[in-house]
Amino acid sequence: MPPLIRVTGLSKVYGAGQSRLWALNHVDLEIQSGEFVAIMGPSGSGKSTFMNIIGCLDVPTQGAYQFNGVEVTGLDHDRLAILRRHYIGFVFQGFNLLARTTALENVELPLIYRRVDRGARRQLAHEALQTVKLEQWVDHTANELSVGQQQRVAIARAIVTRPTLLLADEPTGNLDSHTSQEIMALIEALNREQGITVVMVTHDPLVAAIAHRTVYFVDGHVTSDQHQSESA
Amino acid sequence: MLWNALGLALQEIRRNALRSFLTMLGIVIGVAAVVTMITVGDGATMQVSQQIQSLGSNLVMIVPSRRMGPVHGGVGAPAFRRADIEAIRRDIDGLKAAAPLASSSLTAVVGNGNWLSAVTGTDNAFFTVREWPINAGRRFSSTELVSGSAVCIVGATVQRELFGDEPALGARLRLGKMACRVIGLLAAKGQSAMGSDQDNLILMPIRTFQRRISGNQDIGLIQVSANSGDSVAALQVSLEALLRERRHIAVNEDDNFTMMSTREIGETLAGTLTILTALLGTVAAVSLLVGGIGIMNIMLVSVTERTREIGIRLAIGALMRDVLLQFLVEAVVLSAIGGLLGIALAILATLAITDMIGVPFVLNLGIILLGFSFATVIGVVFGYFPARRAAHMAPIEALRHE
Ligand SMILES: Nc1ncnc2c1ncn2[C@@H]1O[C@H](COP(=O)(O)OP(=O)(O)O)[C@@H](O)[C@H]1O
Ligand SMILES: [Mg+2]
Repeated sequence: MPPLIRVTGLSKVYGAGQSRLWALNHVDLEIQSGEFVAIMGPSGSGKSTFMNIIGCLDVPTQGAYQFNGVEVTGLDHDRLAILRRHYIGFVFQGFNLLARTTALENVELPLIYRRVDRGARRQLAHEALQTVKLEQWVDHTANELSVGQQQRVAIARAIVTRPTLLLADEPTGNLDSHTSQEIMALIEALNREQGITVVMVTHDPLVAAIAHRTVYFVDGHVTSDQHQSESA
Repeated sequence: MLWNALGLALQEIRRNALRSFLTMLGIVIGVAAVVTMITVGDGATMQVSQQIQSLGSNLVMIVPSRRMGPVHGGVGAPAFRRADIEAIRRDIDGLKAAAPLASSSLTAVVGNGNWLSAVTGTDNAFFTVREWPINAGRRFSSTELVSGSAVCIVGATVQRELFGDEPALGARLRLGKMACRVIGLLAAKGQSAMGSDQDNLILMPIRTFQRRISGNQDIGLIQVSANSGDSVAALQVSLEALLRERRHIAVNEDDNFTMMSTREIGETLAGTLTILTALLGTVAAVSLLVGGIGIMNIMLVSVTERTREIGIRLAIGALMRDVLLQFLVEAVVLSAIGGLLGIALAILATLAITDMIGVPFVLNLGIILLGFSFATVIGVVFGYFPARRAAHMAPIEALRHE
């Protein structure tokens, strides 16, 4: 079985000439199905760039990316969108919810684009909101919810399609430590109970400690890749 | 997906109710203008053809003056005489009737009431030519016509204004020094194509008119009607030849009389109205285009404002065509609602205008459908560009947008 994610020589270059900036510089990495990987590194080291590319939101300047054995680089907008809608759930630091839309409708959104009919959509969205313990809040609009609740809605939206891969870019970056722990427990449970592969960017070593594996980025390079058992 | 896009569009329009309304205002006014212009124009055209019909179909009018124009004035030509009418009746084929007319505007007096009316001397051919029946009483007798008796037949307006509810038949009305007895009442005809009241009319034998009112033998107007089925054009040709001969017009000279058929007049008027309607309709259609540009403008602003929303939708798996559809449907819904409001406004405006200028209100479903479809098409055309811009956004760029 091929690894879920395999990137080779992955590079992302911004700008040209003097101001050329290698946000990612020939990164080679494999992530197996079922893993829980924490990505760490100083600000500006290319973590988000890496996440966006493996999340098929962005395309690399150079290098190859195989998702589940399928070459992703070179696919057009719509094919990338189909990949995202079927296999990938994304949780952003800034949540990225539709503000004046209810929690339920936000969670239903990916299913609408997958042409899931109304009844099934409702049910799946309710289940996802139950998973993140927001069943009391389904009819509240996103801007009526606390930041912790908003992030849980975002997680529900990411998992409602039963993705293979859950990507989270600093999901707890805007949260207080208590809420942050709740969110982490949630993500950890998704990995452990549902077998969803999780890749998560974090600055918090305690958060990273929950992961099986920690990958360090510095200046667009992977400088360290440790499995928890090795580091422990 | 379409239903979903429709729901989103309505939600978005409701959310920005004021802006949406202002955006569609251009379409509302454009559609209202187009539909109003065309509906009023249709009503006017219909009225004109009805009035021409009421003048008598197949009618030819001949006046003893040159066609009005900058070179020749309308003066200097001799009037027609009794002999001209007799010659026409004798020599022209395909003729149904030919009536001599001599008219003057005079005040008729009955008791304390008086009324300015068109007093016309003619004979019984008038009723045939104009297809104008007598409601009560009778036509002129041959004795009255030959001897020039002081008898008259009055139109509905004259009857109403001078007699009111009093019986008119057998009563007398005064015209200057002359008193004439009412022997008949004409059926009501209504307004003429030019807007004058055809029923404001007092008829008397032409001989009576010439002797007691004009004091000469002139006939100012000949009205001729063709047998139905016979060509009016052929009749006009033979009439022209006959009159040229009788009036001794040299071969190199122009006619010193003018002929017009009601059909010609009707066609000219209707043609003018159609051109006018088309012209105004086109001007209105341009305003509809301007309305479309307004929609495009606001949709572009909206797409920019909602860049982040677009990014979110793309990030969670919307295809380009999903986003395209969403914004296109929004533009179309905007313009379609604008179209509906415009039609409602047009119906109100048309009711007011037709009432004001006295034209019938003809509701043409075709025009209403056309106005609505045009608005919708404008939405598609002008909504496409902004929608395309939204659909082509790169998800990561859109998400970064603040
Ligand atoms: N759209 C962009 N244009 C130019 N430079 C960018 C862009 N996105 C990221 N960068 C640069 O690439 C580098 C890596 O950024 P990023 O992946 O966001 O880092 P991290 O998430 O680790 O903080 C940074 O130096 C950042 O300034
Ligand atoms: Mg980052």
